[in-house]
Amino acid sequence: MAQPILSLRSINKSFGPVHVLRDVNLDVYPGEVTALVGDNGAGKSTLIKCIAGIYTPDSGQYLFDNNEVQVHGPRDATALGIEVVYQDLALCDNLDIVHNMFLGREQKKGMVLDESAMEVMARKTLDGLSVRTVKSIRQTVSSLSGGQRQTVAIARAVLWNNKVVILDEPTAALGVSQTEQVLHLVRRLADSGIGVILISHNLNDVFEVADNIAALYLGQMAAQVRKADVTSNQVIELITTGKSAGVASIGANS
Amino acid sequence: MSTEVEVTVHPLKGAAQDYWSRIKSGDIGALPAVLGLLVLCAVFSVMQDSFLTPGNFANLLTQAAAVIVIAMGLVFVLLLGEIDLSAGYSSGVCGAVLVILVTNHNFKWWIAFPISIVVGIALGLFIGWLVSFLGIPSFVVTLATFLAFQGLLLLLAGEGGTIRMEDPTVLSVENSNMNVSISWIFYIACGAMYVLSGLRRVYARRKVGLKTELMQLWVLKTVGLLGVTGIAVYALNLERSNNPQLVSLKGIPYVVPVILFLLVIGTFVLNRTAFGRHLYAVGGNAEAARRSGINVKWVRISAFIICSALSAVAGLIFASRQNSVSPTTGGSSTLLYAVGAAVIGGTSLFGGKGKMRDAILGGLVVAVIDNGMGLLGYAAGIKFIVTGLVLLISASVDAISRKGGGS
Ligand SMILES: Nc1ncnc2c1ncn2[C@@H]1O[C@H](COP(=O)(O)OP(=O)(O)O)[C@@H](O)[C@H]1O
Ligand SMILES: [Mg+2]
Repeated sequence: MAQPILSLRSINKSFGPVHVLRDVNLDVYPGEVTALVGDNGAGKSTLIKCIAGIYTPDSGQYLFDNNEVQVHGPRDATALGIEVVYQDLALCDNLDIVHNMFLGREQKKGMVLDESAMEVMARKTLDGLSVRTVKSIRQTVSSLSGGQRQTVAIARAVLWNNKVVILDEPTAALGVSQTEQVLHLVRRLADSGIGVILISHNLNDVFEVADNIAALYLGQMAAQVRKADVTSNQVIELITTGKSAGVASIGANS
Repeated sequence: MSTEVEVTVHPLKGAAQDYWSRIKSGDIGALPAVLGLLVLCAVFSVMQDSFLTPGNFANLLTQAAAVIVIAMGLVFVLLLGEIDLSAGYSSGVCGAVLVILVTNHNFKWWIAFPISIVVGIALGLFIGWLVSFLGIPSFVVTLATFLAFQGLLLLLAGEGGTIRMEDPTVLSVENSNMNVSISWIFYIACGAMYVLSGLRRVYARRKVGLKTELMQLWVLKTVGLLGVTGIAVYALNLERSNNPQLVSLKGIPYVVPVILFLLVIGTFVLNRTAFGRHLYAVGGNAEAARRSGINVKWVRISAFIICSALSAVAGLIFASRQNSVSPTTGGSSTLLYAVGAAVIGGTSLFGGKGKMRDAILGGLVVAVIDNGMGLLGYAAGIKFIVTGLVLLISASVDAISRKGGGS
């Protein structure tokens, strides 16, 4: 197996008296989808916010490309090539698709925005992901459906040659066909060599696209396993009880 | 593979459909303000002969100027979903600084004016810092500074006192006109630049193979705009003096190019720079902006600084129009007229939506109501009530179109 692009070792995070993450290990491999599963309140969102630099872990190691790095803010994570697509989509309704995809990283010619270059790049990225559902990339995001918004958010994450893309429940609010579209998109992301972390409640989704599965249980990493090595029932056991007989963990969790 | 579905409907019909879907998504554009302006002008012209005269038209522009400039500043703040209730008195304070420096201390206007702008920047920095770093709602901060700046103005002007402005350059802004030929040259130059920049945009997009706005539509809009402004220039170039032998009064008032200059700069900043884009982003979804790495606090502070700096420009316009600054300069209905102007023009009170031109369109609507009802002899009380109602109607349209946008 390839070297992990991103590894967490013994991450701890508390909010006041609440110890949310306990000695969490996680490995994310390039070209693979790592599904992060766990019950409500298990700490999934907190974990990815630590990865994204929104929270700073209280202790633990953060390794990127085998080097220990310090991530103290979203900018640090962005600089490493880590992009998060949040559960509550971080899109601006009043801006169009191109504007949203380049938000905070506008292309400029001198001091003037280079709208044409941005539009061309945005179009290329969407075409590369075989996105055919948006009519015009100059329409405001407020006019898009849930699946289309998710698509824009994911496309934004791809635009910057990122190495790791984190998706927080991208299909939670979607219907069947839109879910299918987004899952295809997730698969294409990984196939292009990106390390993808997919948070999901839906084990069908997980088994459809994931290569390996990391299960959090009450803030602890119950196991990180290869999808081929487990059954759906074993994963459910990991999620609900934190252990399952005969499950072989990979990486630092083994 | 293309991300765009080819449309086979007639292009103009397609454009109409696009416009309709924009309206449905909450973007109503300039149409209501333009229609409102036309209806109001038509009604007042019928009811009062003296309304539709070159003299009254020029008067309307100089009357609206200060409110328009304050409204332009407010657009920046409103874009963030914030408000600056003290913008009126900021202009009073800055105007007082200008007049005191020029009249009492013999400063040249071109030294005193930048100083008054620096004072405006300081006021905006103070407000913006309180809002951005202490997290006090702008409504409360500027309610406090509303009172405080009023007090400051009172102290500067001296109780009941007025300080006269005698500098000819400052006075000419609201009281003098470009001569007729310069007015036409100015119109032609502006028109040519507008057309050229429009064409340049279209061809820049075509060059990289991007879909452009429909040429027919662009021509239609441009011809319409040039036609209306051409008629306006023609009207302003008519003699409007009661006694032309004694003094001739014609041409574009100098305050018009001042406002156009601010319009061009402001529009450029909002539409063509990353900072402008960030203003819209923070107004649309501050959390999304923050996650995208935008410095939200700095964007907030900048908006308040720009607002107060533009108030300082309005201060000069007030000083020019009133020939003086008094403790009521920038007070009374000024702020409400300015907020009304921005909102009537189409700027949203909820943030994320607004343009520089909104301030001008809305400012003209407010001025037409004020001016027309004044000519009809209505009391100030009635004017205030009507203007208040128009503001409420615009705010309702804003609120309803926002709901329609489904966000
Ligand atoms: N900012 C916070 N302050 C205090 N407690 C928090 C905060 N964020 C999350 N928590 C707590 O941490 C636990 C894990 O939350 P979260 O990471 O959102 O779980 P998940 O995404 O797996 O549902 C929950 O018990 C939640 O109440
Ligand atoms: Mg969560």
